[in-house]
This record gives sequence, structure tokens and C-alpha cells, in this order.
Amino acid sequence: MFNQWFPNVRMEDMITATNETLYMTLVSVAGTFVLGLLLGLLLYLTGPGGLWANKTLNWITASVVNIFRAIPFIILILLLFPFTDFLLGTIRGPQAALPALIIGGAPFYARLVEIALKEVDKGVVEAAKSMGAKYSTIIFKVLLPESMPALISGITVTAIALIGYTAVAGAIGSGGLGDFAYFYGFQRSNFDVVFICTILIILIVFIFQFIGDAISRKLDKR
Amino acid sequence: MITIKGLSKIFHTKDQDVRAVDDLSLNINKGEIYGVIGYSGAGKSTFIRLLNRLEDPTEGSILVDEQELTSLSKGKLRLARQEIGMIFQHFNLLWSRTVHDNIAFPLEIAGVSKAERQKRVDELIELVGLKGRGGSYPSQLSGGQKQRVGIARALANNPKVLLCDEATSALDPETTDSILDLLVDINEKLGLTIVLITHEMHVIRKICHQVAVMEEGKVVEKGEVLDVFLHPKKPVTKKFVDQVMGDPEKETSLQLIKDNYQSGEIIRLHFVGESTNQALISDLSRKFEVDVNILHGKITQTQKGAYGTMFVQFDGDRTEVQRAIEYIESTSVEVEVNPHV
Repeated sequence: MFNQWFPNVRMEDMITATNETLYMTLVSVAGTFVLGLLLGLLLYLTGPGGLWANKTLNWITASVVNIFRAIPFIILILLLFPFTDFLLGTIRGPQAALPALIIGGAPFYARLVEIALKEVDKGVVEAAKSMGAKYSTIIFKVLLPESMPALISGITVTAIALIGYTAVAGAIGSGGLGDFAYFYGFQRSNFDVVFICTILIILIVFIFQFIGDAISRKLDKR
Repeated sequence: MITIKGLSKIFHTKDQDVRAVDDLSLNINKGEIYGVIGYSGAGKSTFIRLLNRLEDPTEGSILVDEQELTSLSKGKLRLARQEIGMIFQHFNLLWSRTVHDNIAFPLEIAGVSKAERQKRVDELIELVGLKGRGGSYPSQLSGGQKQRVGIARALANNPKVLLCDEATSALDPETTDSILDLLVDINEKLGLTIVLITHEMHVIRKICHQVAVMEEGKVVEKGEVLDVFLHPKKPVTKKFVDQVMGDPEKETSLQLIKDNYQSGEIIRLHFVGESTNQALISDLSRKFEVDVNILHGKITQTQKGAYGTMFVQFDGDRTEVQRAIEYIESTSVEVEVNPHV
């Protein structure tokens, strides 16, 4: 039955491609989370009225974030070729997609982090100050825990964007479902392969969204 | 305990400089509940935030327990702040932490060990009457309970001073009273100095020993609560006093009373914080052959005793009425016969 409808789909290829997509997504989400959090904190803290309010530093951070968000992902990958080559010694395969994925995802997430931090009640920060809290305490024990549900929803949105980016990275031979759908499906007119790849990507997106929502809801005690 | 000299705070805005606090000097004694009252925009919020340097003063000095606050370095200031508790109008609790963990937060900041934190938090939960609610999140509490958590949190590091920033303004009247009772209780039990700002004279009347009235960044009147109630000098103070007392002369006008009660004498009694003469009316009717008819009035309680005005009618034999009046004059209650309209 399956072979009749999808004659060109080979299970082991699909599993390999899915694994590559999952690998790229998970590692780039982790990298994006850390780098985006740092950039987002920097944006928030150096912003007007922030703990380290500093116009110059804020302008520099905002510029970097805006520039990398403005570059279309497919071009970003090409621009990062020398950097990727220097870092990993190759520009092909799932690993080679990671620098571009993280550098493309982090600025996007940084803006979401900034928004999440801005939603934290100023009064609570003030209360912590009135207790004699250090800035590091305010960041780690007030700002981050109080914005955690929004930080989780933000990384969920970013993760789904990154799943899309992994498919784009397929165009330069990164491997994964996007790569497989394009080269083995579309270019060889095996549309059943394209179809199955699409279903698998949708499934992964749904699972990520579901997990993100569940964690965010569990953390939200408001 | 707190000595404030020449304190000013100027905010620079695009159009103009705003003097939120203007050359303010105050003395607050240890163990006192000191109230600062003013309308919004009077600068009282800025004032209280200057006391723990949430705002940095433009000029002036603040001495808290012999320590000059204005010249402290950041690190020293953080230590000093651990000795100054603060509670807020909107409670400012961390919603991500339970009641227990909210109260433990200042202890974590002060570097208290986990076992000691546990012990201290349990004490505090008991003190503010929230036993059994330690595991709840702030969102599961009522406004009054949230403020109790705020108070417990502010007291965690055994501060010398408690600052209350409109602490009851977001609460209903009944809850306000229970929170005020708690503050008095803490003040008496721990000998804590409390500075509170409010726009409600009711709060001042109920718990404060001293009051300062603020207008346009300046203290326009200050003194013992009873004195200020009794002899308000500035129009703004009179307005605040009327907030609690009503204005007896304006209300139910005196003329109406005079028209309705022609016989005997109309007498105004002014009670000024003496608890010994509270049985005055029954005293009079027992000692003298006069009928005492209560016409109009309002008596209220302050920390230093009863305060208020009452209009009564004395009816009976003229000499007996005269003797009764002379008797009242011998007490601390002020008396006025046939007061003018």
C-alpha cells in the first residue's frame, strides 16, 4: 500500500534526513537561546532607564541585531562561508549549517527577549533594589525568572523559524529534510518524497510548539 | 533615627526643571510612626524614595541611624538598604515565587544560610498572620494578604526603618484597617521606626504619632498628629482634617440646630485627646440636674486619644446649667456656650 502510493520513499533515507533536521534544529535552538539571551539582556539593560543605561552600547547592540536580522537567510549562509570554513573546515553537512542558523536566529530571539524583559514589572525590580540586591541578583533572580514564560514562548517561535531555516540551508547541501526534498524529490520529480518530507517537517513543528506551550504554561504562575 | 536636612530633588525635563522635593528638613525619632501626607504631585513619593536612595538626591543630607546615606558608595548603600525595609502600593511581589520564597528573597540577598532562612521565614509568616499560606503563589492571594507578604518581606532582615509607599491605597477600607493594625502591632512589638506616605488622613489619624503635610515639594506643616488635627494652620491641612472629621460648622448648619432647640443653652464641646473625660456626658447628668441632649458631632480616635467636636443642648434650671458648664471648664474638654454660626 505505502510502496504503491509512495514508490520513491525509502525509509532509511527519511530517518537519516529527519535526524539531520532534528540535530540542526536542537543545536541551533540551544545556541540561539544562549546568544539571543545575552544580546536581549544587553539590549534591555543598556536601554533607556535600564540598569546599565548606556546610549552608545545600546546603539551598537541594536545595530548589530538589526543588520543580522535584515540579511535574508540564504544570503547570510553564503556570506558566512569563509567563517564556517575557518571554524569547521567544511561548508557542507548539518554541522556547517549551524553557524548561519545561530547567527540568523539569535538576533531575532534577542528582540523577543527584549520584549519579554520589558514586560517585567518595574516595581518588582525596584523592590529588589530596595532590598539591597546586586545587579547580577536582579538579573538572575528577578528579571529572568519573572519573564521565563515569555522567554520560553519566544524560543518556541524562534525554534519554528529555525526549522524553516534548516530547510533553506538544504539549498547549500546541509542535509536534512529540506535538502532531501529539494535534491531527491523536486529535482528528480519524485513528488512523493517532497510530500513525505513536508509532512515530517510539519510534524516536527507541531511537536516543538506543543512542548513549548506546555513548558510556558507550567511556569506561568500569574 | 532619621535626620533630613535641606533635601532637594530636581527632575530635568525637556520643558522645565521640576523641584519634586524642595529644601526639606525633618527629624524622625526612633520607634515613631511618622506620616507624610499630601495630594498627588506634592512630592511625597519622591521623598520616600530618596530615603533609601531609589532616587538620588540633588542636594541635602539624610542621616539614618548616624549613617550618612547620601555619600555611601554603591556597595555600602546595598548593605544600608538591607536595614531599611520598604513596602509598596502595588505590593511588588515576585509572581514566580511562592509566599515563602518571596519572604526568603531579601534573606538570600543578605546571604543568610538556608536553614536560617527557613526558620526566619516561618517566624515572619506567623507574625503577619499568613500561617499555612507559605506554599501559595501571590496570584492566589487577596490584596490584603499580598500586602502582608510585602510586610513580612520588608521585615525579613530586621530593618531599623520601614518605609511605606502608599501601602494601603490599593486596598478596600476594611483591609486597610487590618493592615494598619498590623503596622501598629509591629511598631509596638519590634520598636520599629515607620515612615509612611499617604493621601488619606484616615491613615494618619489611625496610626501616626507625627505628621508632616507636603505641598509642592515642601513640608508646610508638621507636628504631633493631635496638634495638627486641632489647630490646622494651612488651608491644605484643614482640607485633610475635614476629610476625616467633616466640617462640623458647615455640615447640618449651626443655625438649624439653634432654630430647632430654642430652650436651654447650645454648647459646643471640643475633645482634644484626653481619655479621662470620655465619660463626660454621663458624668454631667449624674452630678447636675440638667438634661443633656446630643445634637450633632463626631469624635474619632487617634494614637494620642479622642479628638472631635460635639454639639449638645443643656436644659434645666439656669444656675444648674451654669454650674455644669463651669464643671466642664475645669476639665480638659474645651467648651463654648452659644457658639456663633
